[in-house]
Amino acid sequence: MNALRSMKAPRALFDKLWDAHEIHRRDDGGSLLWVDRHFVHEGSHHAFRKIAERGQGVAEPRLTFGVADHYVPTRGRGLRIADPAIARMVETLSKNAAEHGFKLFGLDDPRQGIVHVVGPEQGITLPGLLINCGDSHTSTHGAFGAYAFGVGATEVAHVLATQTIWQKKPRRMLIRVDGKLLPGVSAKDIALNWIARLGADGARGCAIEYAGEAVRALSMEGRMTLCNLSIEGGGRCGMVAPDETTFAYLKGRPYAPPAHLWDVAIADWAALATDDGAEFDREVSLHADEIAPIVTWGTSPEDALPITASVPDPATAATESDAQRIRAALSYMGLKGGAPLERIAVDQVFIGSCTNGRIEDLRAAASVLAGRKAKVPGLVSPGSSLVKAQAEQEGLDRIFVEAGLEWAASGCSMCVGMNGDIVAPGMRCASTTNRNFRGRQGPGARTHLMSPAMVAAAAVTGHLADVRPMLAGRI
Amino acid sequence: MAGWTMHEGLAIALPLENIDTDQLIPARFMSTPRSEGYGKFLMHDMRRDADGGLKPDHPLNGPEAAGASVMITRRNFGGGSSREAAAYALVDGGFRAVVAPSFGDIFSSNAVNNGLLPARVSEEDAEALLAAAPGQAIVDLDASVVRMGGLVVPFELDPVWRLKLINGWDDIDLTRSHAQEIADFAKARRAASPWVWPEPVSG
Repeated sequence: MNALRSMKAPRALFDKLWDAHEIHRRDDGGSLLWVDRHFVHEGSHHAFRKIAERGQGVAEPRLTFGVADHYVPTRGRGLRIADPAIARMVETLSKNAAEHGFKLFGLDDPRQGIVHVVGPEQGITLPGLLINCGDSHTSTHGAFGAYAFGVGATEVAHVLATQTIWQKKPRRMLIRVDGKLLPGVSAKDIALNWIARLGADGARGCAIEYAGEAVRALSMEGRMTLCNLSIEGGGRCGMVAPDETTFAYLKGRPYAPPAHLWDVAIADWAALATDDGAEFDREVSLHADEIAPIVTWGTSPEDALPITASVPDPATAATESDAQRIRAALSYMGLKGGAPLERIAVDQVFIGSCTNGRIEDLRAAASVLAGRKAKVPGLVSPGSSLVKAQAEQEGLDRIFVEAGLEWAASGCSMCVGMNGDIVAPGMRCASTTNRNFRGRQGPGARTHLMSPAMVAAAAVTGHLADVRPMLAGRI
Repeated sequence: MAGWTMHEGLAIALPLENIDTDQLIPARFMSTPRSEGYGKFLMHDMRRDADGGLKPDHPLNGPEAAGASVMITRRNFGGGSSREAAAYALVDGGFRAVVAPSFGDIFSSNAVNNGLLPARVSEEDAEALLAAAPGQAIVDLDASVVRMGGLVVPFELDPVWRLKLINGWDDIDLTRSHAQEIADFAKARRAASPWVWPEPVSG
């Protein structure tokens, strides 16, 4: 067996994941893949309607997990949901879970939270799995060495009905980050750095593997932030090979392999790492010590610059098309070209989301806010109800509240504004979320993306600010 | 979903980059049942002012855009969220094809699943088509070209997707023909990697 294997061409992590899930390959290049985990949420109602119309059930309820997150209220938990359309969707998810017999972490479950926080937290997300969910940030789960990608409603219905999905094999892309991150610089900054460099469609059609010393040094939380943002650079998915950090995170989680299967699982997972000499279709190299804290200034995640830079000036753009795009973005954002980023005053802040709503993110923000007051209002919505409980145990909630921020329940909240947590028209928000699209946080809302520590710095100063001097003696 | 091979219709220009799915349909409309029709939500906040009135200067709002079924635009169309509602809004708004230099991957899958063609062309060809629009265009799936005025512009499309658009395939039916293979695969996977199937947790 070993002799046979050694004769095979070296494979990348992604090749191994693909090969392990391919059921059937058509002549035209389409492959039918097995799906190990399927997460659904209350926004999946279109897909459940589709299978109901066909009179079909859920093929593998034991591999299907539901979470209420996109529309759930973050205030007044335990009370009736005021908005009838939202109440109906949350209720429909519960009905579908009961009818089809899959596990649901519903609104009142102590484990409820954002699906991409709950899955890993419960040990449902594991290395070596193919994971689908009707949400683009499903790429998050790749942090464990899983092949995880978001799909639309038709494909959600297909996975529900068949536990499989048709895909064409994406190209393999390696993003290597060598060296060590400097203090005050995080996984969010690595992600915004490469997206700014390659563009919001820079990794289109690619399965990204993140590697290198700086990626290895990241906690699981940091790896999840990095993989989460793969989609903002156009990647189909992002992943990190599992290692001791991964195994230590998973051990003892409720749905992780039990003791009698643990060693088998570890052996399988350890074999997933990219072989020496494996080929990638594209390779990109970054140096961690050259990455500074980054903020976005425009209306696409590619509109990102180090905090020490200035807003781009359309007058000096390379092409007329670039100038036009910059002008449109600055007009929406209410900014002038050439202004230093650090002078941009904000109206409010938001800390949360599947990108940066985990315990480590809350700790990073709290380390800046401790003993300081926020000059602007803000909302903190933990990534899950368990993250919220842990933060409260650590006293982080008191730090946020004493600084003047609101401590709310868990959900997608102000990242997408579906539950009514929105930024008012024309207001400017420093946000730990993933998209600075026009209208993303509410009609006319102006979003600046950055790390949790940088959002905390913006809260304390009332403008976009470099967090590094504020960390003296704190980290 | 009905398949199609050739489409002739009015092509309009939307010369913007990065039209993401949040712009194609703002999230707040997505709790609406599809049966109500999503066409009215298409690019809602780009096309309307704060009072809901149509902005006269938006390319989709003018009389010359009435009945348009082909959209020509710039790079990274449909990036962002996986919301299939973005494709619903275009289809219900009368569109059959979007022509651009690049598309969000998930949007492209969703589009094809709804009979909407995401036709990828070069930057130069996109600019030439933008300059030629509005005008009648012919989209030919067999030949993978868009014809407009004197232009004949080739587009890239995954062969799997071309067949799907032409045949109007329903993947669930297609997949059912592989039922035995799927069952055999699941059995083998479970035997080889028993840890993949989670034990139920009480509570």
